[in-house]
Amino acid sequence: MKLEDQRTTVYKVDPDHPETESLPTLRTEELLLNMGPQHPSTHGVLKVILELEGERLVKSTPVMGFLHRGVEKLAEGGTYHQFIPHTDRLDYVCAMYNNFAYCRAIEKLMDITVPDRAEYLRTIVAEVQRIIGHLFWLGTQALDIGAMTVFFYTFRDREILLDWFDELCGARLTTSWYRIGGVEKDFTPSLFEKLKKFLEYFPPKIDEYVIFLEKNRIWLARTRGVAVISAEDALSFGLSGPTLRGSGVDYDLRKYEPYSAYPRCEFSVPVGKNGDTYDRYWIRVEEIRESLKIVTQCLEQIEPGPILADVPSVTLPPKDRVFTNLESMIQQFKLFSQGFEAPAGEIYCGTEAHKGELGFYIVSTGGGNPYRLKIRAPSFIHMGAFDFMSRGYMIADAITLFGSYDIVMGECDR
Amino acid sequence: MHAIAEKIQEKFPAGFLNAQEWRGDLAITVKREALHDVCTYLRRDPDMDCDYFVHVSSVDWPDDEERFEVVYEVYSIRKRHRIRIKTRVPEHDCIVDSMTDLWYGADFMEREVFDMMGIRFRNHPDLRRILMPDDYTEGYPLRKDFPVQGKGWRDSFDFLQDPN
Repeated sequence: MKLEDQRTTVYKVDPDHPETESLPTLRTEELLLNMGPQHPSTHGVLKVILELEGERLVKSTPVMGFLHRGVEKLAEGGTYHQFIPHTDRLDYVCAMYNNFAYCRAIEKLMDITVPDRAEYLRTIVAEVQRIIGHLFWLGTQALDIGAMTVFFYTFRDREILLDWFDELCGARLTTSWYRIGGVEKDFTPSLFEKLKKFLEYFPPKIDEYVIFLEKNRIWLARTRGVAVISAEDALSFGLSGPTLRGSGVDYDLRKYEPYSAYPRCEFSVPVGKNGDTYDRYWIRVEEIRESLKIVTQCLEQIEPGPILADVPSVTLPPKDRVFTNLESMIQQFKLFSQGFEAPAGEIYCGTEAHKGELGFYIVSTGGGNPYRLKIRAPSFIHMGAFDFMSRGYMIADAITLFGSYDIVMGECDR
Repeated sequence: MHAIAEKIQEKFPAGFLNAQEWRGDLAITVKREALHDVCTYLRRDPDMDCDYFVHVSSVDWPDDEERFEVVYEVYSIRKRHRIRIKTRVPEHDCIVDSMTDLWYGADFMEREVFDMMGIRFRNHPDLRRILMPDDYTEGYPLRKDFPVQGKGWRDSFDFLQDPN
């Protein structure tokens, strides 16, 4: 691509302006600066061509696709069950929620009701994943802006939860724990115990992070009033999650279109006022507290029961039966090699992941494979607003803006 | 039929083709010529008030005369309804009106549809490839006639020969 092609606006001195005569004849031009593709705060591989006037951003053009793996094309070649591990690799720091969103979409397509216990387990793990995601965000955002200490504290606590995931499904990041119609494994008593211990240990730690940041003048100066977007513009861009709620829209799919065990839990949705980076930060911190509330309530309400829907034509047989029972083994083999017969039709199912609305639009023409699978990735859509939101701010604010989207390039490029 | 679909049929009798409701999703198919008018109505009319732009997608149906399907999905925060608007375009003339004048978000999402499926958008300010390389000339990857393993350009790489 030629650089000239990316320059759409040329700023010149207005010849009709009364003071133009007295201006010294200086040659001015915009400076083009490449940020990335290899830059520590782009959270992946992303290049942004910044057009600068002095230190102000005039225009920024994101150049994406360095991590494009053609996930949507791959989905068309595999069965519905086979796609679950691919969803781990979308937003690779928060795999559980991607699994959740995908499984929910397929359940909507197949019209499957998930048993109660599975719903609670799903909600608990999804909220733990949300805490992990927000801790990851808080640490890296503070690091990008110049507050290094918080990073170590949040990652210390994130590590506890990742080890918990490790015990749950054998993987820290690429989890693939959700199944169509339920979950893979039930919690062991040790997992319950560890989670309860964490719920006692964690709340004072949140206050610790907050003290680090809210008394930090650099943090306040670099987040307050930076990258402001109005509610109307944010909606028009299709922003979602904390990025949208920071602008004062209480759009949260957990409340708007309740799913799983969320309607049975009491929690509130924090909403910002100013639409700046500080509000988005505040919302994420409050959401960690709300997530803890949801997990606590789920642990109180959960009751024994099946963890996978009993629809043999779609859902996998229990793992212990696969190794001991011939019919179950055949069922497992057929489901993975041929897939299940999906009805012809199309659905869209959005789920409130911690970054925003993660949606799957699936077109089925019958048979075991999706005919078309479109992923509505919040990171990609947030990048669409980057140019709009960065205009007029200082060059250093581009980093803040990036971070405030909580962007992960694996999801953005798919 | 769904009340929203009825309203659109009433308002655009010539452009309206059909409406489907499945698993609680409302999908309305309109003619290509009416797409922009219908979307303007959805965006501006106080009864519709679809201010939230959800996604743009596309589906390839190689056996049909009108091969490509463009799918817009919009949502109303105040009215809380989700509407999917679809239209079909033939391969030799795959161009639809861009929605960038109605929703900002259409900019990137339509670029992705162009990149992946090769559908053009009239009046789009910056219709370039977005995920694939800018100089990519081997076609549009999400079309059904594009092989999953790619067009074989990997085979033409010059690999270093093993000296032994």
